[in-house]
Amino acid sequence: MATVLGLYNYWIAIFLMMTGFYVVIAHGNLVKKIVGLNIFQVAVFILYISMGKVRGGSAPILAEGVTSYSNPLPHVLILTAIVVGVATTALGLALVIRINEAYGTVEEDDIHSQDEPE
Amino acid sequence: MLLSFLAITAIAVVRLRDLFAVVMLFGIFSLLSAAIFVTLDAVDVAFTEAAVGAGISTVLMLATLTLTTRTESPPRHGTLLPLLVVCVTGGALVYGTLDMPRFGDPQAPIHQHVAPRYLQDSPAEIGLPNVVTSVLASYRGYDTLGEVTVIFTAGTGVLMLLGAIRRRTARRDDTGKGGSAMNHNLVLRVVAKILIPFVLLFALYVQFHGDFGPGGGFQAGVIFAAAFILYTLIFGLDAARAVASPGVLRVLSALGVLIFAGVGLAGIFAGGDFLGYGVLASHPVAGQHLGILLIELGVGTTVAAVMITIFYLFSGRTR
Amino acid sequence: MAMIVDALSWVFLLTGSFLGVSGGIGILRFPDFFTRLHAAGVTDTLCAALILLGLMMQTGWGLVAVKLFFIILFLSFTSPVAAHALARAALHGGLKPQLHKAEDDPSKS
Repeated sequence: MATVLGLYNYWIAIFLMMTGFYVVIAHGNLVKKIVGLNIFQVAVFILYISMGKVRGGSAPILAEGVTSYSNPLPHVLILTAIVVGVATTALGLALVIRINEAYGTVEEDDIHSQDEPE
Repeated sequence: MLLSFLAITAIAVVRLRDLFAVVMLFGIFSLLSAAIFVTLDAVDVAFTEAAVGAGISTVLMLATLTLTTRTESPPRHGTLLPLLVVCVTGGALVYGTLDMPRFGDPQAPIHQHVAPRYLQDSPAEIGLPNVVTSVLASYRGYDTLGEVTVIFTAGTGVLMLLGAIRRRTARRDDTGKGGSAMNHNLVLRVVAKILIPFVLLFALYVQFHGDFGPGGGFQAGVIFAAAFILYTLIFGLDAARAVASPGVLRVLSALGVLIFAGVGLAGIFAGGDFLGYGVLASHPVAGQHLGILLIELGVGTTVAAVMITIFYLFSGRTR
Repeated sequence: MAMIVDALSWVFLLTGSFLGVSGGIGILRFPDFFTRLHAAGVTDTLCAALILLGLMMQTGWGLVAVKLFFIILFLSFTSPVAAHALARAALHGGLKPQLHKAEDDPSKS
């Protein structure tokens, strides 16, 4: 039981990751795939940040009277990751817009069937 | 409990076929995860996630939806194979977590080596209360330089993809964004005019207060861009282009990266290492402060300019 | 004096929570988009403002109270405007308010 309570945060993050992963591989609509990718990314962030938390610690901003801080290193990594994630999303959405203009659809199956006869 | 809300939202995203609702749920998902980050003591990350995920990502996805279809076709392949792959991967990951340290354990390995050194030496070497900023800007400044370059590259990529002006439609409409500019709506116009200066002021506050509390270059850049996006939504693309022209924005986005790299090179010219700020001023700690201030400015400038440029390109495509 | 402030803050917090819960029930149970929008608007503005007022009284005078006050100000500006924008968008999209009870007039939606 203590194992479950201690590892529960990782398992929830893994569940969310798998949900996002499922959306990416199972759904054909490109926009929905990008949403699933973002869900996957946020779940990974939750995993990392929950690893950095120290029980009884506070936010890593130095203040008087605080003895224990949560680990600032995962926060730095995840800050970078969030911004890179939004850059990737913007680029992916721009690609989806261009694909829509070229093929007339954003469903993966329709795009494949338009490409195949050639 | 927040985590169960997140799980429910994620499952709803999987099941729904109306993409508009999916994007809205993604915004909720982002905001809930920002709340979770606050409870996990990650205030900088929560700030960034709320601004970026619930703000910029949702806006860009909505802009994409106006250009593509609104609903998703029913799946034509079976869903058994993806479900199997997902379950196997999930099972392997859960098996991997069985050896991990328990949640909140102060004796976990990641708290033992580098992190205590940063927490203890940061007051003496850098002197900023916000340890995340000092690690981001000084101890790990090289990674942040790479990150700013990534944002700049993404902006360039979107420019290449969406930047060509389509000459099929008439160039001069009388209303800004086609008929969807809301400048005939008095309430929105008045409130936007009252709020936008405060949003800009708040962005500046976040930029310079990042040393003492949550904040810093990225969050400030995103909030700054959000003010301009609000202006574009209410007053139309042409009016916004008159205020912040795309040419100036392109120069600014490159300028931010140059400031960052320039500060790093200035460190070399002054006799220290690349991105070693200690040699920039008479006293090493003052040099650190100056260096961090300058590179946060560079980061904020690039982020704001690139976000506004990307939004202009997305909304310019809907004409 | 401190007791009165504390009791008052509890009254605000509880009223705000009640409004939030009733707003949630309203969103689920009201028959029409515009009535649901009213429930959501009440939750956004009044419930949030009351809870924030209660929190302000809990922390006493200081920087935190000023920041909370600014949040109340900002919310009282933006949430009514958001509800207004939603209603306008719905009207623009052609959604009509349901003016008769559904049992009386089954031909209307």
